[in-house]
Amino acid sequence: MNIMEIRWHGRGGQGAKTASLLLADAAFMAGKFVQSFPEYGPERSGAPITAYNRISDERCSIHSNIYEPDYVVVVDETLLESVDVTAGLKKDGAIVINSAKSGEELRPLLNGYQGKVYTIDAGTLSRKHLGNYFPNTPMLAAIVAISECVEPDAFMKDMEEAYSHKFADKPQVVKGNLGCLEETMQSVKAQM
Amino acid sequence: MSIRDRMSGNEAIATAMRQINPDVFAMFPITPSTEIPQYFAKYVADGKVDTEFICVESEHSSMSACIGAEAAGCRAITATSSAGLSFMNETLFVAASARLPIVLAVACRALTGPININHDYSDSMAERDSGFIQIYAENNQEAYDNYLQAHRIAETADVRLPVMICEDGFITSHALENIELESDEDVKAFVGEYNPENYLLKEENPLAVGPYGVSGYYMEARVAQAEAMKNAKRAILDVAADFEKTFGRKYGFFEEYKMEDAELAIVIMGSSAGTAKAAVDELREAGQKVGLIKVRVFRPFPGEELAKALSHVKAVAVMDKSEGFSANGGPLFAETASACINLSERPKMIDIVYGLGGRDFTVAHTKRVFKHLEKIVATGEVGETYIHLGQRDDREEVL
Repeated sequence: MNIMEIRWHGRGGQGAKTASLLLADAAFMAGKFVQSFPEYGPERSGAPITAYNRISDERCSIHSNIYEPDYVVVVDETLLESVDVTAGLKKDGAIVINSAKSGEELRPLLNGYQGKVYTIDAGTLSRKHLGNYFPNTPMLAAIVAISECVEPDAFMKDMEEAYSHKFADKPQVVKGNLGCLEETMQSVKAQM
Repeated sequence: MSIRDRMSGNEAIATAMRQINPDVFAMFPITPSTEIPQYFAKYVADGKVDTEFICVESEHSSMSACIGAEAAGCRAITATSSAGLSFMNETLFVAASARLPIVLAVACRALTGPININHDYSDSMAERDSGFIQIYAENNQEAYDNYLQAHRIAETADVRLPVMICEDGFITSHALENIELESDEDVKAFVGEYNPENYLLKEENPLAVGPYGVSGYYMEARVAQAEAMKNAKRAILDVAADFEKTFGRKYGFFEEYKMEDAELAIVIMGSSAGTAKAAVDELREAGQKVGLIKVRVFRPFPGEELAKALSHVKAVAVMDKSEGFSANGGPLFAETASACINLSERPKMIDIVYGLGGRDFTVAHTKRVFKHLEKIVATGEVGETYIHLGQRDDREEVL
């Protein structure tokens, strides 16, 4: 069975767990079997946290943590100094980091990781489209564009539906979120 | 027709509770109570249930309130975890001995100390002699399905015992996965109404609950309770058979996974069984005759059936996710070994204590266990029978 495994690194309160749930939702809507689970410890705002996704075509019975992920998402670039975010990351996979810097600028902080490095300036993107610092939305779009765990066009359609339903009385919010997803995907494509 | 959805184990159990719409839900509204009452509180606020929702000041009181409600003829439920279950300890024995079919959802977690919030079976295993029926789940689907079966098992006339529906803390309780839900109408029809023959204030057939039992009578009550636990075995299988007929998913005392011609086997519970199945698949592909048994029902313990399932196996590792401090292995090992004691041909058997306080258990760990069993069979020597697997220093305890 082919299982795509994704590991999220963030800090408590930044929403890495929520982002992993959103990704699972998107994959579920695309007909996949999903797992989304955080690694729990003492809950402190700002402490490093890890969350995981498994996405497959059949139900996956494995319930351990993920040690050799296909993809890694780093929601907070300051973690690069303290957490070995590329540990076990497959060479033919990729890492995507929330940063205004380029992938090559950050590569020296990645313990010799040889695979692809993408960066997304989630702060600027979310402030532009959503009016505040919501890094989840761009990081979600980035991992979908990079991993294609969900077909990107289908993803955009599902998200439009989900946002339109959730923010039925706030068309500006729907437009902002979709614009943010779209521009993030373009930014990823430009780095491919 | 099943409904395809995705949710955590906690939400799955809360959904089952909403569909059943019990008379009383008594709960302690603070951690370690689990998210289950939190979900249920929303159903109450949204008018989706007409349950009497009672917030109490402790788990001792939440179970006490359930005892009162159930004794008065209501269907009463609660949920808890870890230290909360320990705090219920005294009242669990009261509920079971008063033969009150309460259903208690438990997200199984470690006990202090050191202080830890993660998964193992320290809490539920400590209550294995409480008189509660205990049913364990591998994932959110099984937690939901087990809950749908719980009330009928508990309320069976010659059983009348409370049930603990156990899910793995965090691993199942907080992880989002796909699930097939059943419609509210189908669930209500399957679970049915609760019409107890006797209860405290039933005018035509009143009942005394919780009287003193002098030495001349206490033992008879305990024997009757022990008989009820034996009767629960039949009730569990009857309800499972009807569940399969109604919803199509099959359950028993335990699941045998690739056991037909297995020479090496592990006996395991909960979410770890799913992880171990992946290891069994890999080893089977490499031509090894390995299998696993996932114990679903721990109380009543299906000793006779389990012994039969293991009788043809050469070596067995029993996997305990709680440390019983017996200096002789964990509770699942004690039960499994004693179940096999009168087999004419017994497998060699060891206990492996693992996964305490959320220590991760992987496919690689499972393969190491099978490799160790292979060595036992090859040498004929059992060696150490009480092993702790997956320690921090990465020692290879079972190689």
